[in-house]
Amino acid sequence: MEYITIDTKRVPIEGEKNILSLIRKAGIDLPTFCYHSELSIYGACRMCVVEDDRGRIFASCSEQPRDGMVIHTNSKKIQSYRRLIIELLLSSHCRDCTTCQKNGSCSLQDLAYRVGVHAVRFLNNKKQIPLDMSSPSIVRDPNKCILCGDCVRTCDEIQGIGAIDFAFRGSETQVMPAFNRDLADTDCVGCGQCAVVCPTAAITVRTNVTEIWDAIGNPNIRVVVQVAPAVRVAVGDSFNIPKGENSFGKLVTALRIMGFDEVYDTSFGADLTVMEESKELAQRLEKNEKLPLFTSCCPGWVKYCENRYPDLTDNISTCRSPQGMLSPLIKDYFKDKDEAENKKTIVVSIMPCTAKKGEILRPDNFTDGMQDTDYVITTQEVIRMIKQVGIQFESLEAEAADMPFAVASGGGTIFGTTGGVTEAVLRRLAKDKSYQNLSNISYVGVRGEDSVKEASVMLGDREVKIAVVHGLADAGRLLDKVKAGEVEYDFVEVMACRRGCIMGGGQPPFAGARTKKKRMEGLYKADTMSNIRYPDENPVLLQMYETTIKGKEHKLFHRHMVEK
Amino acid sequence: MLEQSYYSKADEIISQHGRTQKALIPIIQDIQSCYRYLPAELLSYVAKQLGINEAKAYSVATFYENFSFEAKGKYVIRVCDGTACHVRKSTLILDKLYKELNLSKEKHTTEDMLFTLETVSCLGACGLAPVLTVNDEVHAAMTPEKVSALIAKLKEEEQ
Ligand code: SF4
Ligand code: SF4
Ligand code: FES
Repeated sequence: MEYITIDTKRVPIEGEKNILSLIRKAGIDLPTFCYHSELSIYGACRMCVVEDDRGRIFASCSEQPRDGMVIHTNSKKIQSYRRLIIELLLSSHCRDCTTCQKNGSCSLQDLAYRVGVHAVRFLNNKKQIPLDMSSPSIVRDPNKCILCGDCVRTCDEIQGIGAIDFAFRGSETQVMPAFNRDLADTDCVGCGQCAVVCPTAAITVRTNVTEIWDAIGNPNIRVVVQVAPAVRVAVGDSFNIPKGENSFGKLVTALRIMGFDEVYDTSFGADLTVMEESKELAQRLEKNEKLPLFTSCCPGWVKYCENRYPDLTDNISTCRSPQGMLSPLIKDYFKDKDEAENKKTIVVSIMPCTAKKGEILRPDNFTDGMQDTDYVITTQEVIRMIKQVGIQFESLEAEAADMPFAVASGGGTIFGTTGGVTEAVLRRLAKDKSYQNLSNISYVGVRGEDSVKEASVMLGDREVKIAVVHGLADAGRLLDKVKAGEVEYDFVEVMACRRGCIMGGGQPPFAGARTKKKRMEGLYKADTMSNIRYPDENPVLLQMYETTIKGKEHKLFHRHMVEK
Repeated sequence: MLEQSYYSKADEIISQHGRTQKALIPIIQDIQSCYRYLPAELLSYVAKQLGINEAKAYSVATFYENFSFEAKGKYVIRVCDGTACHVRKSTLILDKLYKELNLSKEKHTTEDMLFTLETVSCLGACGLAPVLTVNDEVHAAMTPEKVSALIAKLKEEEQ
């Protein structure tokens, strides 16, 4: 076995590609800005520098381990080198930490503290650059950029979009869209993955918290909130709750304390989506047209398809997303009551997703020309609201959501992770709904972290070929193959974010491999614990289909294509 | 949108270099020497043709100072402001040119599209300082008087 020595400790080399991974394996959290295990290695920030026994200093992220190496991670030289890097970064960075969006979760702030920078000797003589507020999902503040390139590589390598890149050089270098256009005028889909990796507040989630407090404070407004599946397994992150644990009940309690009038579960909307989308799939299979059917619950994906594969947009399901179905139903539900009480109902969605902020503004998602969901806030934003109020989240008693949109199937809950939508649709379409058969469906190959998953199931005597893909770069590669006729599918589930909504752009940041896995497990556990496994077992939903919904399915649940 | 002829020209240049990503720089160089600038629309067009992200192409084009998205005048005057020229009072030369051509730090090209004025860091001809170039022609040991004469001569040639 080959070894390297890290600060006196012998560490075996077990296939690690760079010294940084070995250092982390040795239990030392070496600071980095530009290293992300899922991205290519860039080696620009120099935070990961180490010294070898000959006094050579190098970036550990871009150096291969060799047998017998001796590495010092904390020599005097290294300490002052790191401090200097941070000091130089801070010299051209505004230092108004107290009012910054990223206060408390900024890596630059954290590392300045960790390496012990107490004063900055250099003057900041950079000109202020205006913010880019054009996107409903994210805000770009180039003044806070440290040029680590994480966003550039994420958008290009993981999402296959490349909406932003470096421009100019030397002290003029900036990250920006081509020709410094507004982000809204690029192919950006609002997935927020760039904000997830950005160590500073140079890219942040656009926040709507103020508007919501205003609405809550207004007695004439009924503020209804719905909570997406993936939120429940991540919101506890900031409150010392074990990773991936389902905190839905505590969140319901917290939302009531905060003053929301009704709290609903978006999983009910997911059940509606399963009903509608299964119907659509069955119809298309029967007519053998517009196949493969593409899922439509991920707005990042829908926009990507429209931008890059306009000739395939007819394949996208006409179904709205779960939030998109539930909101008009909620508004319809309160219509008479609003009139009687002279109130106005507004719907707020708590989502793991930044692209959802854009989805609600799409006219094809409006009902009778009106926007259905009034605001989307992300998991991160609701965490901030909980902290603003000072709620001791971890010690709250769990409460149940409000009827009627509280009862949902486990199939609706697993929407929050890759493969979930497909599994739920298959459960619905399966003739044999025995426990055994439903378990079989779970193992046809739609679960798990592989970027492209393929499965095939028999529906009646028809073989249905399925692909499940997450991450838009991988989706793009799959679509190219579909177009070239290299592969053939009947149903393709796409989620813009890797691993699905549990890793959406609005989720609490700094989720490592373990957290990602736990979030996924958390949703499957919620499904296993649910006494309703598929939507046609959901009594409330079935009853509504017989009564209130009857005849309105198209109006409330499908996208209305608007003439361009 | 540019006139169709620009796109045909771009197609022609692309086919000379081949439709590969690594041909980006030679292609945009050729486009620039053809039009004396790189029309933004053509950069986007070429990027699309080669399957490169527009932002990446912009990144490449802005990295090299040589590429310009602004249409340039017939005569591109580059005044060297490297150390040697600076010491030998290249600033006076530059000021004179600004005045003669009615240009400024922000306005680089004359209305009649005849002159573009730029500064460069070092032309590598320090022995000839202060030096400037008009297109590819070098003018050594310049003085404000010689500048006036040069501009007058160029204008006369255009009459
Ligand atoms: S939001 Fe997504 S698509 Fe837009 S710039 Fe960021 S990573 Fe790229
Ligand atoms: S915007 Fe953020 S992620 Fe992108 S280069 Fe700047 S600091 Fe890095
Ligand atoms: S993490 Fe190694 S250089 Fe940035």
